[in-house]
Amino acid sequence: MSDTAPVSPGPQARPSGSWLRRAFDRPNVLGPLLAAPAALILLLLLAYPLVLGIWLSLSNAVLGGTPKFVGLANYIQLFHDSTYREAVFYSFFYTICSEGLKLSLGLGLALLLNRRFRGYRLARAIMLLPWVAPTVLSALAWGWLLNPQFSAISWLLMKLGLIHQYIDFLGQIWPARISLIVINMWRGIPYFAMGYLAGLTAIPASLIEAAQIDGAGSWTIFRRITWPLLLPVTTILLSFSTIWTVTDFQLIWTMTRGGPLNATQVFTTLAYQRAINGGSLGQGAAIAISVIPIMLILAIVALRTTREGK
Amino acid sequence: MSDISRRALLQMTAAGALAAGAGIGPVFAEAYKPMLPIEKGASLQLLRWTGFIDADDKQWKANTEAFTKATGVNVTIQDVSWTDIQAKSGLSAQIGSGPDVVMGFYDTPFIYPDKLVDVSDVCTYLEKKYDGFYDVAKSYGYDDKTKTWIAVPMGGPGACVTYRESWLKEAGFDSFPTDFDGMLKAARALKKNNHPIGLALGHAVGDANAWVHTVLWGFGGKQVDENNKVVINSKETHEALKYAKALYETMIPGTGSWLDVNNNQAFLAGQISMTINGISIWYVAKQKFPEMFPDIRTAPVPVGPVGHPTNFNLFSQAFIFKYSKYPNAAKEYLRFMNEAPQVAPWVTGMVGYVTPALKAYSKLPIWTENPNITPYRDVLVGNYADGYAGSPGRAAATALNDFIVVNMFADACAHGASPEDAAKRAEEKLKQIYNA
Repeated sequence: MSDTAPVSPGPQARPSGSWLRRAFDRPNVLGPLLAAPAALILLLLLAYPLVLGIWLSLSNAVLGGTPKFVGLANYIQLFHDSTYREAVFYSFFYTICSEGLKLSLGLGLALLLNRRFRGYRLARAIMLLPWVAPTVLSALAWGWLLNPQFSAISWLLMKLGLIHQYIDFLGQIWPARISLIVINMWRGIPYFAMGYLAGLTAIPASLIEAAQIDGAGSWTIFRRITWPLLLPVTTILLSFSTIWTVTDFQLIWTMTRGGPLNATQVFTTLAYQRAINGGSLGQGAAIAISVIPIMLILAIVALRTTREGK
Repeated sequence: MSDISRRALLQMTAAGALAAGAGIGPVFAEAYKPMLPIEKGASLQLLRWTGFIDADDKQWKANTEAFTKATGVNVTIQDVSWTDIQAKSGLSAQIGSGPDVVMGFYDTPFIYPDKLVDVSDVCTYLEKKYDGFYDVAKSYGYDDKTKTWIAVPMGGPGACVTYRESWLKEAGFDSFPTDFDGMLKAARALKKNNHPIGLALGHAVGDANAWVHTVLWGFGGKQVDENNKVVINSKETHEALKYAKALYETMIPGTGSWLDVNNNQAFLAGQISMTINGISIWYVAKQKFPEMFPDIRTAPVPVGPVGHPTNFNLFSQAFIFKYSKYPNAAKEYLRFMNEAPQVAPWVTGMVGYVTPALKAYSKLPIWTENPNITPYRDVLVGNYADGYAGSPGRAAATALNDFIVVNMFADACAHGASPEDAAKRAEEKLKQIYNA
């Protein structure tokens, strides 16, 4: 054993080793260095396409052509385009209805699954299935369930004597619009439920117990304790889910392609139709970019709603 | 036939057809002499639609292997769903990279004509040798502005009437009517016997577009005139919509949501007595529905008041991008694949699913082998191009992709609009597109 005790470096001690090691020891070097790959990916995969999209929307770009700047011409044209107006309407309707239903039913499901009962773990796992199934597969399965000739739902209702002919779920304007909202809701509820479940488990049990001792009922506990504490989770869940719903493409394209008429046309399907199939890149980009202000408005509304709740 | 006699064609194609039956490559490969100097070390990538019938893919690959054997040019085939071709080729046009050759649909080449290799030499050779292209084929490949061929017309997966013979006879008809009036009478009689017909009115790219355009043109209606002026809101269109509405009354409920696959499913499930479709229903029934198969018949699509066929079929042409390093090899490939020793086994193998664009191939023996195949031989006669009577291009493509005509018919048939209102709405939308 050595008789010299180890000496810990004092506050004035300089880092030893190569210049590289010394540089890595400095937070103002290491921090940006670690963030660089993620920043680069964001720049390449998000910022660049966004800027390119904005530029294309201000040009007369066509597939394979050389774009020329045309200012706001594409946006002015969209303003007069009745198909675009139909897409705007249904995008809003689809998103607001889907999000409202997903939020309330997801919260209900989470409250239900937050209780300990026999097989609750299995129930939680099953609940996730609609969320993890690939969208196209879900759409195909729903396509059969809502098929005007082979619908299992119609068949069951017929057997129960509740209807006299198969329901035309996707061939009529409002049934088609509502059907797609129901499917989107079915897919999205597990996401909300899982998020809320995590939020619920984070609420200290002592708070609930204290309220119970004070004589608060279930509704009061939910209104005064549970919901306010879930608001931060709600903001996150709602923001992400809204973005996914507004940009939903696969479900609608697989099931209706925007039909019947243009009743289920949304931003993404119309942008694809115009830019890729029709070759009008500029107009397609304008449709896609026009979503951004709407998304911002939705985000502000969501944030304000949750803040006001506080 | 001008340069090739029927006997010569039969001799040339018999070997190919036999080869197809035996499952081996065509014999023509051995004697093939390229027309153009093929680039050294050339290899090609082809973007092609997955065959609607499995024999289509199989024989296309066999023909491609024969080309490789004859020229040393390796060809990689990328099969995608036919509805995805437009997106993928559009992307290639935009970024200047991707497949050398694309087999597209409708007027896709006219969306980016500047990006495509002039294939006039191949087309001139083929039309001279094989009795010329059908008019519709020319309109999908020949650019009138530059007076050049920008795509090699391949052929059309044609649509004909497919019906249940026993049910039609029960309804009092010995054969399927040949005009619109007769079709409506037959449809009403079939409906009365609880055997409705079924025609797609959803956003079905192939099936919905096919029958509604046929009815529109059959009454003399059209979306634009020769100068691309919107003329859809006409007396002829109103008459077409009235007729379609009457026909719709005889259909099975729910056709308003039908996509391309629905009429096949409903027919093969015995739920509808008649539809308008490719030969795939008959072909699938032959393989998988032996009880129903003997009762299935096909017939040409009836003719409207204009007195001549007004067909609208899917149509495929092949084009070469200018970024290809091997344009000569690509041209040779398209020439080779359109020669009789290749076309004969291809068309024979898929029982005429694709009707070739060259008129000489109407004499292939397969067309008369079975009376149910024969109607598909003539689908390109009296076939108009999309955007008729205007010129092909971006506006016509947008109108087709926006389902303007399909929606107009759906509006009048399934959603309660009067013919006048439906035509007016379509007119507004078309003006937005054509005047943009």
